Amino acid sequence: MTTQTNETYTKPLPEADPEDRPYWESLKRHAMEIQRCSECGEYTFLPKPLCPNCLADALVWTRVSGRGTVWGTTTQSHPPLPSFSAEDMPFNISLVELAEGVRVCTNVIGCPVEDVRIGMEVEVVYDDVTDDVTLARFRPVKDQ
Amino acid sequence: MTSLRGKCAIVGVGETRIGKLPNVGTLTLHVEAAKHALDDAGLKASQIDGLLTNQPLHDPFRTYSVVVAHAMGITPRYTTDLALGGATPVAMAIHAAMAIEAGLATTVMCVHGRNQASLHLLPKNGVGTTREANGGIRDGAEDYEQPYGFMVGPGHHAFAASRHMHEYGTTSEQLGAIAVSTRKHANLTPTATMYGRPMTLEDHQNSRFIVAPLRLMDCSLVSDGGGAFIVTSADRAKDLRKPPAYIMGFGSNNPHAQLVDAKTLTTLGGKVSSETAYKMAGVGPGDMDFAQIYDCFTITTLITLEDYGFCSKGDGGAWVQGGRIELGGELPVNTHGGLLSHGHLEGITHVNEAVRQLRGDDVEPERQVEGAEVGIVSGHGGNLSTHATLILSNRRN
Repeated sequence: MTTQTNETYTKPLPEADPEDRPYWESLKRHAMEIQRCSECGEYTFLPKPLCPNCLADALVWTRVSGRGTVWGTTTQSHPPLPSFSAEDMPFNISLVELAEGVRVCTNVIGCPVEDVRIGMEVEVVYDDVTDDVTLARFRPVKDQ
Repeated sequence: MTSLRGKCAIVGVGETRIGKLPNVGTLTLHVEAAKHALDDAGLKASQIDGLLTNQPLHDPFRTYSVVVAHAMGITPRYTTDLALGGATPVAMAIHAAMAIEAGLATTVMCVHGRNQASLHLLPKNGVGTTREANGGIRDGAEDYEQPYGFMVGPGHHAFAASRHMHEYGTTSEQLGAIAVSTRKHANLTPTATMYGRPMTLEDHQNSRFIVAPLRLMDCSLVSDGGGAFIVTSADRAKDLRKPPAYIMGFGSNNPHAQLVDAKTLTTLGGKVSSETAYKMAGVGPGDMDFAQIYDCFTITTLITLEDYGFCSKGDGGAWVQGGRIELGGELPVNTHGGLLSHGHLEGITHVNEAVRQLRGDDVEPERQVEGAEVGIVSGHGGNLSTHATLILSNRRN
């Protein structure tokens, strides 16, 4: 499979800015990092300038386990944009609660969409969708 | 602090045609709706000294409310643009009442127009994202959602439905009961987009999934149109053409910003917002003769009815069945057909329908809530993140 570039890839891509560039760079390294406050210990996501819990200027990008559970799940049945083709459909969209307590929006892959359940244990799968951007999808943990 | 209970009233309401209006610009929709509201109230544009807008995301302007004001011959002393998504029209009534009480204006036009049906928010081809389609205006989470194929609207609310079904065993048939009740009301409302198009629960269950667990018939319409209402002081309201709908209570609450931040998706801003409004008005859910509940999706109606205390949390699914929320039932909900079946102007028609019901003779007799004296209106928007509540009555005491 030819590697896509940001120019040839037709689905939406993130636009990293100074506040969240470390997140996207961590995915590119296949080592997901989430901000954690070194004052109060809380993790926060989406990326933020200060800790929303205690307002300390002490958020540190911290490697996370990449494990979590499905908190909410839906099945996208029709293409959400014209750049999604019939072969992409249907696909799962889930909110996954990471072991560290924050939630991320993602796709659960690696099993039929009808098998995805709230409470299912999942782990991150890094998907290098272009030579520049990596997305964090999740798959069921085996032997759960 | 003095209470604003009963200090102001809605005295004029109006809408343009609602549906697909490909040759009508957004500014025209604002001006036409405002003109209908002026005619309804028996007021002239020169008597309006305040104006509130909610600028269209597809065509944002700097100083939008000032542009709209001068397009309709209003020189506002007080004007601003509010941005609370589908909670905006209800919030406009709240802000108008505050401005009038503060002496910033005597009479405030609240107006909202959209071309959602004709100027598709999502581009037709290529890489388009909602950020691009919204003229660069951000939602805040798009970089974390859209790459996964997750778009605003149906997707967000499908998560709320997924959680409600998981936590309380709510079923698709129960959501369907909301869609069917609402459609019945639209079939009594000649201005409704779905007038003359009855729907059964079977139709709902046979409709395709958009984002499972939400089906096509759980989703609201996409509409072009404009709506407007006019707020003034209770003293001024007495001498106008139509009976006033007094603003007796209001509240708002915005419990999270993004879906990933939400502590829960089965209790939303409506709980705190309605408690605030009930306290101010000195009434409770049992006093309501009707409810006009923001219904971008059936699940929104269900969660709001629970949050407003009409039934216990989690019992909404069973509660909405059996005609309870239909005209003639215990609590008629969305007596015009709502966003689901009347038209989607982000909730301004819910405010206007409440006002008309309280006048007693201003809607088709078949859909008049007999003896209606007090009703509640909800607005809901953003990422299930904004909420506003209004309690209106045709009596000040």
